[in-house]
Amino acid sequence: MKRKQKPKLAVFKFASCDGCQLSLLDCEDELLLLADAVRIANFAEASRAVLRGPYDITLVEGSITTAHDAERIREIRARSRFLMTIGACATAGGVQALRNYRDVKEFTRIVYARPDYIDTLATSTPIADHVKVDFELRGCPIDKRQLLEVLAALLAGRGPKVASHSVCVQCKLRGNVCVMVAHGTPCLGPVTHAGCGALCPTYHRGCYGCFGPAETTNTKGIEGALLAAGASHEDIARAYATFNAAAPPFRKAQEEQLVQIRLKEGPRG
Amino acid sequence: MARTIKVDYLARVEGEGALTIRFKGDKPSAVELRIFEPPRFFEAFLRGRAHLEVPDIVARICGICPVAYQMSACHAIEDALGIHPGGAIRALRRLLYCGEWIESHGLHVFMLHAPDFLGYEDAIAMAKNHREWVARGLGIKKAGNAIVTALGGREIHPINVKIGGFYRAPTVAELAALLPDLSRALEDAEMCLEWMAKFDFPAFERDYEYVALRHPDEYPFSEGRIVSSKGIDIDARDYEAHFAEEHVPHSTALHAVVLGRGDYQCGPLARFNLNFDHLGERARAAAERIHFVPPCNNPYKSLLARGVELIQALDEAIRIIESYTPPEAPAITAAPRRATGYGCTEAPRGMLWHKYTMDEAGLVEDARIVPPTSQNQKCIERDLWQLAPALAAMPHAAATRRAEQAVRNFDPCISCSTHFLRLSIERED
Ligand code: SF4
Ligand code: SF4
Repeated sequence: MKRKQKPKLAVFKFASCDGCQLSLLDCEDELLLLADAVRIANFAEASRAVLRGPYDITLVEGSITTAHDAERIREIRARSRFLMTIGACATAGGVQALRNYRDVKEFTRIVYARPDYIDTLATSTPIADHVKVDFELRGCPIDKRQLLEVLAALLAGRGPKVASHSVCVQCKLRGNVCVMVAHGTPCLGPVTHAGCGALCPTYHRGCYGCFGPAETTNTKGIEGALLAAGASHEDIARAYATFNAAAPPFRKAQEEQLVQIRLKEGPRG
Repeated sequence: MARTIKVDYLARVEGEGALTIRFKGDKPSAVELRIFEPPRFFEAFLRGRAHLEVPDIVARICGICPVAYQMSACHAIEDALGIHPGGAIRALRRLLYCGEWIESHGLHVFMLHAPDFLGYEDAIAMAKNHREWVARGLGIKKAGNAIVTALGGREIHPINVKIGGFYRAPTVAELAALLPDLSRALEDAEMCLEWMAKFDFPAFERDYEYVALRHPDEYPFSEGRIVSSKGIDIDARDYEAHFAEEHVPHSTALHAVVLGRGDYQCGPLARFNLNFDHLGERARAAAERIHFVPPCNNPYKSLLARGVELIQALDEAIRIIESYTPPEAPAITAAPRRATGYGCTEAPRGMLWHKYTMDEAGLVEDARIVPPTSQNQKCIERDLWQLAPALAAMPHAAATRRAEQAVRNFDPCISCSTHFLRLSIERED
C-alpha cells in the first residue's frame, strides 16, 4: 500500500441557504485539525482551490430545482467514492419543496417581475431521487456534532454512530419535562428524527419537525394529542409543511389533515 | 485588444455566483455579477402562513445571517400588531444580534477576506504561515456563535426567537458563563484590527451614497431611521417611496437603486461612515489608533469597518450580559389583527427590509423582503466598472484575484439574494 495521500473532501451546493455547509466552518475547534487530516478538494464557500476528482468524501447540500443541477449532480456522483447528503434540502427537498404541490408559474409571478428570466423546475427534489446516496444526515440545519461524528467515522473506517429514533426519546434522555403533557404545547417530537438533542422542548417550545420524520413514525397516533393541545387541523397541516414537507411520511400526514379540514368544512355550494 | 475576465464560480462568498468583465481596450464593455442561485420563492410560500411561524421560515433564507432575518421579521410583524418589546427583551435581542455580527464578521474577515490581502487560496493555507491569527479569528467567531447558541438554542437557524420576544429567557448564570471567552475575544479583536491595518489596501475610492439605519443614540442594529450620506432620512415604512428594484436578465437577484440617483452601498462601511459618533468608546478608540475615521471611501477598507464592528459588538455583548436581569415574561403577546407592518434591521452585510400584510387571523397575505446583497449588487458592478482600467493593466491572474477581492468587499450573501420581490422599474436593453 503506497497510498499516503490524504483523502480528498469536496463540498457541493445546490438550492439551499448555505447553513449546512456553514456547519463545517462552525466547527471552530476542529477545523484546523480536520484540514490537517483531509485535502479540501472543492469547497467554494471556504476556498478558491479546486482539485480534480475523484473525491473520497463528497458532501452535498441543497435540493435539485433546475435541469442544469440535475445534470450536475450526476457528474458529481460519478467523481465521488462516498457521497453524503447534508440537511433537509438535500435529503428531503427542503423548504423550497413547498412549491411542489403548487403552481410554480404563479409563484414566479408573485416573486419576479420578469418570470421569463427565471429558470426553475416545478419541483424541488432530494438528491437521492437523482443519484445513489451513501449516507443521509438529517436536519435543517444538520447538527455539527453529528457531522463531525460521521466524518471521524469515515476517516477511521468505522460505521457512524447516529441515532435514528425520535426527538421524544432524546427529550427523555435529557430529562426534559414533556411540553405537551405539562404545558399543553403542540409538539412534533414523537414523529421527528433525533439529532438536535431535543432543543425546542429544552427551550419550552414544541418541536416543529426540522429534522424530518423519524425512521418509524405514527403521525396518526399523535393527532389526538396535538388536537387536545389546542392545535387545529390547519395548524397541524402547516406544521408538517415546513422544511421536510416533501418527506413522504410528513407529506402523507399533511394530506390526512387536509382531508379532515375538507370534511369539517362540509360539502361546498 | 478584447479581453475578458471570467470567474465561473466566485469562491469564498456565501452562495453561488459568477463574474464576467469584458473589455474593449482598457475600458469595460460589460460587467456582470451573475447570481445563479436557483430561486426559492420565499415570498410566495409565506402567503397563508401563521405570523408566529414566520421567524422560523425566513431564517431558512440564509444560514449565515438567520438572526437578521428573524429580527427583521419580528420587528415588522410586531409593528403590524402594535407591540414594542422593551427592557430586558430588547437587550437580549441586541445581544443576539451582537452574536451574529461577531460570528459573521469573524467568518468573513478571517476566513473569506483576509486570504485575499495576504495572497492565499483560503484560510487553511493561510494558517500554515499565520496559524496564530487564524486561530484567534476562529476563537472570535466561536465567541459569537456561543452567544447565538446560548440565546437561540443553536448557531444556525435559532429556535428560540419568537414574535414578541423569546420562548425562554436565559438565566443570569447561562449568560455569565460566556464572559471569559468574550473578554478574550475582545482583546484578540483589538490586536487583529492592528494586524489588519497593516495590510496593503489597493488605492481605490468612489463617491458612494451610503445607506444605513441611524438611531438617536446607539450604533444601529434593529431600530432607527433609514438615512443616507446624500440626504435620505425616512422611516422604514417609506422605503418603497425612495428605493426601487430592477430585474436584469443575468441575475436571479434584483438590483436596488435610490430613485433618481442609482446605486448605493449598505453594510459595515456605510454604518461606520454614518454612525461613527455612536460607536462605543472602546471601538472608537481602536479605530482612531489605526487612523481609520470617516469619511472612508475605499471599499477594501470594509475589512477594517468589520474589524471595528467586531470590537463594538463584543464590547456591547459584555455590557449587556453584565447588566442582565431576566425579563418577567420571555415574550409579550398580542392578538392578531388585519394590518401591514414594516421592519428594517442591520444584517452583518447591510440593511434588511421586510414588509408583511396579515389578515384578521394573523395569516400572512403578502410578504416583501429586500436583502442586503440585492441592494449592493449594482454598487458592486459599478466598482468593477471603475476598477476596470487598473485591471486591464494587470496580468490576467492578478486581475482576476483583484476583481474577486473587490466583490468580497461586500461580503455578498448570494443565497439570501435570490428571492425577492416585485420590481418597480425595468431596464430596457
Ligand atoms: S437543510 Fe436547512 S440549513 Fe441546510 S441548507 Fe437547507 S435550508 Fe439551509
Ligand atoms: S424543531 Fe424539533 S428537530 Fe428541530 S431543533 Fe426543534 S426539537 Fe429539534
